[in-house]
Amino acid sequence: MSKESKKANAPAGKPKKRMSKRDRERRRALLLSFLAGGATVGLALAGYYPIVTYARAENRLRPPGAIEEREFLASCIKCGQCVQVCPVEAIKLEDFTDGFSNGTPSIDARTQACDFSCDAVQCVLACPTGALTHEVSLKEQVRMGLAVLTRPDACLARKGLGFKGTARGDDFPGLHRYIKVDRWNPIRIADHPYDLELCDLCVRECPIKDAIHLEPLSKDPDDKRKTPVVTDKCVGCGFCEMICPTEPPAIEIIPRKTWGAAS
Amino acid sequence: MNLYIDSLRQMLGGAPRRPEKSDYSKEAAELHAFKKTPEERARRRKLIAEELSEKKTSYKWRKWRWPVIILVNLIFVISYQFDVQLVEGALTASRVVGFHFADLNSALQVTLAFKEMLINLVIGTSTVAILWWLVGGRSFCAWTCPYHLLSEWVEILHLKLAEKGWARDYQLHRGVRTVLYVVFALLAFITGYTVFEWISPVGITSRALIYGTLAGMIWVGVLLLIELFFIRRFWCRYMCPIGMTYAFVGSVSPTTIHYDLSKCLHEGECRQVCLVPHVLEITKKGRATKPQIDIGADCTRCAMCLEACPTGALSFRIKGLDKLL
Repeated sequence: MSKESKKANAPAGKPKKRMSKRDRERRRALLLSFLAGGATVGLALAGYYPIVTYARAENRLRPPGAIEEREFLASCIKCGQCVQVCPVEAIKLEDFTDGFSNGTPSIDARTQACDFSCDAVQCVLACPTGALTHEVSLKEQVRMGLAVLTRPDACLARKGLGFKGTARGDDFPGLHRYIKVDRWNPIRIADHPYDLELCDLCVRECPIKDAIHLEPLSKDPDDKRKTPVVTDKCVGCGFCEMICPTEPPAIEIIPRKTWGAAS
Repeated sequence: MNLYIDSLRQMLGGAPRRPEKSDYSKEAAELHAFKKTPEERARRRKLIAEELSEKKTSYKWRKWRWPVIILVNLIFVISYQFDVQLVEGALTASRVVGFHFADLNSALQVTLAFKEMLINLVIGTSTVAILWWLVGGRSFCAWTCPYHLLSEWVEILHLKLAEKGWARDYQLHRGVRTVLYVVFALLAFITGYTVFEWISPVGITSRALIYGTLAGMIWVGVLLLIELFFIRRFWCRYMCPIGMTYAFVGSVSPTTIHYDLSKCLHEGECRQVCLVPHVLEITKKGRATKPQIDIGADCTRCAMCLEACPTGALSFRIKGLDKLL
């Protein structure tokens, strides 16, 4: 803007005191600082949105030992040490798009569930802050969620059907430690085909004793149909969800759900 | 005017002040007076002219510093990718051959949000605090922070663009970092979430390198774009609470950049390359109140000023080491 036009824009009759260059720069610096600081804080607060919408507690399966979600988000220092010790790499870190959950660990059970092949809840031992509580030392004490037969009509056992082949297809990269195959090292599920008269994969491969079993659907001895029944021993590791051969899975983990609580 | 208190005041955002007459030590006053004598002035002009005729750029510290940043971050990556378990975790918290390390600022955010003193964090932060206290505090920024390195590369580009008039360096008030520091501390305490951690470009970059969580790099990219075109070193200079936390540690560190008034020709080369030029305000003509001064709290010990200084007036100094030897 030229000097003339500036003068023309100024209110007539009022001789306006001109600010020195330094003052103008200082004022602009202050204004920019407010803007930049405000924008940063504003963006930071926007991280609240994901955790009350798509990244809510019931949508996030946390690693073994995770304390109550709010406390978990507060105490997790977002370092990923739990990720590093997991032998089947079940634990992944959340990303920027998950808001305050950014950098915290979670498990996508269908892709790769925790199968406790580390034997001693290594992720809990790795956690420096107790966001995965050190009160848990045995896999049986873990409560991540609860297995629920969400699609009973899809369940092969309930149809009385067997299962032959690889549980999730030949290309599925998921791992599991089959103790009878290799005591120490997990192998690919795709390398371990099955031939079952009645599908009982969720029961057969469950890493927790007595957490799930099959019950006959009727008293008729000729009726082969059985249904999986989850007990209060279930820790919510998600292995049944991972191994379930139907697509989508008949059984799923509801994160944070406790046994006996209304759904 | 106490130099230490004043360096803290400047770190929190206060503008550098012209010292009072009574602030000068006798030696400093004499040196300043001597520098004003006609012979000395003539000598200074001659020296500067000589210097300008054969200007050399030195990278004697940077050639170590950049590899150090890369190496430290690479150790994290290698430890995980090849399961060597030297440094497990990320920059926010880690185990270094089994010992707990925790970033001071991350630990602070967690403690404020969780409202419990966690023993591992106490151990981790003590270790880290002592470590960075020894080597200079904000030296974390210049010698370890992966975002700092990205930002440095962008700064080189920014300066090239600015030369052509395609970029500008808008100044902010440095007090904004202090305000953000308090705001983020309060937010952690009030909301119970580690609000700052989700936008911390340091944590984001560190985790992106180690775990491949790349979405956050979009935010880092936005910051770098701001730094490229509008505000030189925007995040490190004006925003980052982590830098401030380490600046507190550095304010009492024995490892410092040392200023020698007698060698200085007051050309201002050092202030042009510095991330935090206010700490070098004492190198202006007539500002140093003592002949020998250790640079203030905010200094990152990046040694760019050492490289820029043509007369060797700035050097690394470890307090007390001269007495010990």
